Amino acid sequence: MATLFGSGIKRREDPRLITGSATYTDDLKLPGLTYAAFLRSPYAHARITRVDVGAAQKAPGVLAVYTGADVKERLVPVLCPWNVPGCDLKIPPHPHLAHDVVRYVGDGVAMVVAETRAAARDAIDLIEVDYSPLGATADPEKAAQKEAAQLHTEVPGNIAFTWVVSGGDAEQAFRTAEVAVKERIVQQRLLPTAMEARAAVASWNQGAGQLTLWVTSQNPHIHRFLCSAMLKLPEHKVRVIVPEVGGGFGSKIPAYPDEVLVSLAAMDLGRPVKWTEDRSENYKVTTHGRDHVEYVEMCGTKDGRITGLRTRVYAGLGAYASTGAPGIPTILHGLVYSGAYTIPNIHGTIQGVYTNGTPVDAYRGAGRPEAAYLIERLVDIYARKIGMDPVEVRRKNFIPKDKFPYTTVTGLTYDSGNYEGALDKALGLLDMKAFRAEQAKARKEGRHLGVGVVSYIEICGLGPSQVAGAVGFGGGLYDSALVRVYPTGMVRVYIGASPHGQGEETTFAQIVADEFGYPVENVEIIHGDTETTPQGWGTYGSRTTAVCGSAVKVAAQRVKEKAKKIAAHLLEANEADLEWKDGKFVVKGSPDQGKSFAELALMANVAWNLPQGVEPGLEATAFFDPSNFVYPFGSHVCTVEVDGETGQVKILRYIAVDDCGPLINPMIVDGQIHGGVIQGIGEGLQEIAIYDEEGQLLTGTMMDYAVPKASQMPHVETAHTITPSPVNPLGVKGCGEAGTIASAACLVNAVCDALSDYGIVHIDKPLTPARVWAAIQKAKGGVA
Amino acid sequence: MKRPVSLKINGRTYSAEVEPRALLVQVLRDDLNLTGTHVGCDTSQCGACTVHLDGHAVKSCTMLAVQAEGFEITTIEGLAKGAILHPMQNAFWEKHGLQCGFCTPGMIMTALDLLEQNPDPSETEIRHALEGNYCRCTGYQNIVAAIKAAAATMRTGRSAGAVA
Repeated sequence: MATLFGSGIKRREDPRLITGSATYTDDLKLPGLTYAAFLRSPYAHARITRVDVGAAQKAPGVLAVYTGADVKERLVPVLCPWNVPGCDLKIPPHPHLAHDVVRYVGDGVAMVVAETRAAARDAIDLIEVDYSPLGATADPEKAAQKEAAQLHTEVPGNIAFTWVVSGGDAEQAFRTAEVAVKERIVQQRLLPTAMEARAAVASWNQGAGQLTLWVTSQNPHIHRFLCSAMLKLPEHKVRVIVPEVGGGFGSKIPAYPDEVLVSLAAMDLGRPVKWTEDRSENYKVTTHGRDHVEYVEMCGTKDGRITGLRTRVYAGLGAYASTGAPGIPTILHGLVYSGAYTIPNIHGTIQGVYTNGTPVDAYRGAGRPEAAYLIERLVDIYARKIGMDPVEVRRKNFIPKDKFPYTTVTGLTYDSGNYEGALDKALGLLDMKAFRAEQAKARKEGRHLGVGVVSYIEICGLGPSQVAGAVGFGGGLYDSALVRVYPTGMVRVYIGASPHGQGEETTFAQIVADEFGYPVENVEIIHGDTETTPQGWGTYGSRTTAVCGSAVKVAAQRVKEKAKKIAAHLLEANEADLEWKDGKFVVKGSPDQGKSFAELALMANVAWNLPQGVEPGLEATAFFDPSNFVYPFGSHVCTVEVDGETGQVKILRYIAVDDCGPLINPMIVDGQIHGGVIQGIGEGLQEIAIYDEEGQLLTGTMMDYAVPKASQMPHVETAHTITPSPVNPLGVKGCGEAGTIASAACLVNAVCDALSDYGIVHIDKPLTPARVWAAIQKAKGGVA
Repeated sequence: MKRPVSLKINGRTYSAEVEPRALLVQVLRDDLNLTGTHVGCDTSQCGACTVHLDGHAVKSCTMLAVQAEGFEITTIEGLAKGAILHPMQNAFWEKHGLQCGFCTPGMIMTALDLLEQNPDPSETEIRHALEGNYCRCTGYQNIVAAIKAAAATMRTGRSAGAVA
């Protein structure tokens, strides 16, 4: 029987999405629904000297107005549960609404609840606030300087933490190195831009003492836990429902103040309250990504052996520590500094810095794209310096495929890998030799062609809960599945993770249907409701399939084991004499005598004739806690032509070879790679969140922030190598972030290769025509 | 001060009392419960709110509901005939042209307008036609593939598949 595992079947999610019958949070309506709107600070840093809500309170349709003073005592401040140890982490109070000082443009100052959206928005304009501006900067390097304005009295010098990763002896390596290169690299702030902005609907049942919160979340159980703590409600009195979610990319992991405030208002008013972010609000308030200023160095021998890597990083956190913020530039960044290579000496010093910008948290890849970018840029810069082909430098330093599991000097143990295999495949798809010849010919004609190569690794499948505890992550990182079989044999699977576009309603159904010898239609995957799903930790960090998918597999196996007991009883055979064949348990040697899974499901559920000691019913729950992370890897190759007159970059080809283990649904995997690559190319080519000197966000709407458009983006060629992971029963790794982790570095490597005849070694992304043109002018000795 | 509007949508006539300043998309979603049309921005960039007025793609965030009187409005809810999907919907499904699905209704409405003007567009023409529709999930590749496939199907007039 052909398996569904490995088959690119159409997604089961799609019929509702393509017909307009899906329900996103803002689509919800409840009887008596009211609407909330927020007044947000126009200043990056200011003292609030007066707030007058009198006129707003009297405005038509207004039900309530809240200020910081009103909610200060009623709520636990916004929580940041990732307490990274050993770095003197300082998490200052983060009020739900500012009551004395605003610290970024968008910081909440007041909330209005009214009968209609329009009435709430109108009333916001009637609130009078006097601000006394304070000094501000949104630049993490500047905010770390002595003269910078102080954001929080609890955080001297704005330094949230100083975290060090160290392995080997980097100082010695650099002191004795034959060759060393260094660069200042800025990894710009990015706006995650899920197409659906955030929204929340809260409803309070006074009689039951229960809050129901519908919210745009990647992790309903984390939202339940954090919201119950901030609202001072027992956790079992909070139900979080996550309806359809229009993308997250990390920005819907955190628990935000507005979601809590809407809940508080629903409890006060006894009526449901809805709040929906508009895009300009989203750009100011929903967490941003990246924001590193890095001083990075690599050293090695003249013949291409890398001996050391050293970094000093200012990681901007924005005005407050968001939910996962401290862990991202540390655990998810510094620990992977070895990349795909056997770098014997590594030292990184990472300072988290509070700035007058929107809080920074996970954004697709979260810390790992920043690591891959600096490593892969440095490899190219080092190769250029020693006059060696960057491909050969990579080969020379790869962790060999027979050395896995491999422990890096930073202390991570990579589960599996074959880095040269992926690289060979990618280079083969390009025909590197032919391209180099074309490039040389073009150079003679004054045209600038370039090729970029990247060999990335990522830490995914987050992760063993014991490690989560050790690195201060305020939760577990296992995940869960409940497989429930109905009397007719139909199956529902309730999962702890919370997919929002990644297609696990399909891929997980493929896993279960295979186990039971079923068509995929017999299995339904349910997620996103804390009332029905077992405790889980959500969808991020390319963990859903590796961790939650494994729980699905284990739970389905447990169900099948019970069905086998019943089959043995009904067939009057020993369990040991049964085998699973063509969707039935049959007695070995008597293939005519068998019981299908559906027949066994019926008997289990009616319980007319069960073996002694076997309980009625057919369901099982599994909590899968992996023994290690998984480490997907791959090689991407990109070719470009740069217009020397205008600085315009044209991508000629983009080839992605990724190894995420066995592919459950290749169509879905390739879709993840396409989207990830384009997000990274957006980062490499055009996306940047810009603050001015006073901390005003200049890219505050979609008119100003350069979200990639179809006409600007290339076709992505995908291929795979398959190296199964030994740490989960499916062998799978994760593919959601891979594209983004590789592609920004790949693009910049290609452009710097194209401009090597100008002597250009590095240009900070995004490589807008203006930046590239300026770099060319500077290299030519002109005025840029 | 609200005023009455009568809007012809997906072949049905709807009546509502709306504020003159209400945008068409707000009335579709909030007053008429046609929530398949989405809002992804506030500056007319993203195209998630695209609907048809007399067969032409229009961003419903960029006109007032009162201006839409007298037009034949089509939203994503009006494309399938019962369980029979429109070939464009089917192509998005077949080609994995969506992930989170939020931009999809607008993408489909824009794509149909393109094929009305150009039944056999090249990849470049498709990508340019999507200038005003953003997708953050797919990287556009399978959206382009879906539109190409739909164009082929619609040219040969083959019947669409059913919702499974």
